[in-house]
Amino acid sequence: MLSKQISVFIENREGRLGEVLSVLRENGVNILSLSLADTSDYGLLRIIVDKPEEGSKALKEKGFSAKVSDVLIVEINHEVGALSHLMEKLAKAGVNIEYMYGLSLHGETASVIIKTKDYQKVQEIMKK
Amino acid sequence: MIWNKEIECMERSELEALQLKNLQDVVTRAYNNLKYYRDKMDKVGVKPSDIKTLKDIEKLPFTTKSDLRDNYPFGTFAVPQSEIVRIHASSGTTGKPTVVGYTKFDIDMWSECVARCLTMAGLGKDDIIQVAYGYGLFTGGLGAHYGSELIGASTVPMSTGNTKKLVDLMIDFGATGIACTPSYLLHIAETLENEGLIDKIKLKASINGAEPWTENMRKMIEEKLHISAHDIYGLSEMMGPGVACDCIYHKGLHVCEDHFLPEIVDPETLKPLAEGETGELVFTTLTKEGIPLIRYRTRDLTSISYEKCECGRTSARISRFKGRSDDMLIIRGVNVFPSQIETALLQVKEVAPQYLIIVERQGNLDTLEVQVELSSGALFDEIREIERITKEVAKNIQQIIGLSVKVKLVEPNSIERSMGKAKRVLDKRKLS
Repeated sequence: MLSKQISVFIENREGRLGEVLSVLRENGVNILSLSLADTSDYGLLRIIVDKPEEGSKALKEKGFSAKVSDVLIVEINHEVGALSHLMEKLAKAGVNIEYMYGLSLHGETASVIIKTKDYQKVQEIMKK
Repeated sequence: MIWNKEIECMERSELEALQLKNLQDVVTRAYNNLKYYRDKMDKVGVKPSDIKTLKDIEKLPFTTKSDLRDNYPFGTFAVPQSEIVRIHASSGTTGKPTVVGYTKFDIDMWSECVARCLTMAGLGKDDIIQVAYGYGLFTGGLGAHYGSELIGASTVPMSTGNTKKLVDLMIDFGATGIACTPSYLLHIAETLENEGLIDKIKLKASINGAEPWTENMRKMIEEKLHISAHDIYGLSEMMGPGVACDCIYHKGLHVCEDHFLPEIVDPETLKPLAEGETGELVFTTLTKEGIPLIRYRTRDLTSISYEKCECGRTSARISRFKGRSDDMLIIRGVNVFPSQIETALLQVKEVAPQYLIIVERQGNLDTLEVQVELSSGALFDEIREIERITKEVAKNIQQIIGLSVKVKLVEPNSIERSMGKAKRVLDKRKLS
């Protein structure tokens, strides 16, 4: 399933991540999943939220560089080897993954968030 | 030791008579041969015949770096191009370099001035001098080289970039003199210290210039290497290194006043300042043929003294430089203007022309970091996009200023603005 992700460019300075989170809190935006990519100079926060449009609008108003992009949420069984199995299938189909992170680990299934240019391919693979 | 006692120790009245004769001559040459300067003089209604005393120089219009830029490449040459035997160029503020042309006379005059400076540092024909300025379009290498040959020293054209070889040859040849930037000499000193080779060298004196340094740094170099270190000043618009240098008493830099007439003016009002007052240094080339420059504003801030020096020289002395009247930075001997950084940023659409230049001295080498604001429309979800922009900005800046830089992207509107005007430069080098 396609979903909206917000990514925020964050300088490496104290309290900056907290400021992003407080903007979301003040606007009643709930975070479902997040990943934080870090380099020595800056970080890139990627979040899946319940209200992506409101969230990104609020962040931009506060001066943050916040981008909304499409990512794919892929549900897999919550068991050993499930992710490995998925990756094998995607590799075989020639799907290139830009980045990936986990969503939820409750119950019978888990989900991974995948950024790729080949959404349709992945969706077709998942239907099989 | 004094290279040209007749000139360097000349009675002031006699020197001033010589200066006046040459001032009248250069103003006439400039008026007759340089359209841009004739236009300037006509505009204020001054004719060469109005220059009757040295003080009359105050009637003449100033020249600035932009005159050189506006007349790029050869519009400032006062002689036919066939008379020009060498052309140097330094980085300009907006991409176009500043071009300087020399006649045979100019090269000989330049060599003479550098010869005086080397002699002030106690170097002569028995010495072996390594010239470790860059050779090429930059005036440092060839300028020091010709002066070193003129005094008869065994001149070793090291250029820059290979410290290991420089140190090896310094020891093997028993080099007694070196010409390079002060920060490079400190780097050489530390290399020698780390390798435990200080006792192996025979160095006795250095001339160092092309970047600002402090009295403390001079003393540190002297202590580490057990040498006499001298501050040599110059700018390519005048000719290059050798316009002034300090003698063994280190009480200001003796100006080669028979060739370069110094004035100190208030950088705001442009009114002349009295002896001892700090202001902008202005030079008039008295003898130069290739590109005569009248009342050229150097933007360097200093003061002047006409008191006779303990060394016997009567030439005017300028004090250690106190800064610049513009925003130019000198980094590793290279002139950098903040406006050049701005030009580079305007070529990359993902960043805003809002930046902070941070200069630091790590060890003895200057490092340059440029923090650049992302434009508010630049949005990312992939690190490699950010890396691509970082590299592109760094490459653009390097192409314009000729120095490698570290670029750090920062959030939109995060660079501090005071009174609506951003603070562009943070110079953390401790130079005073």
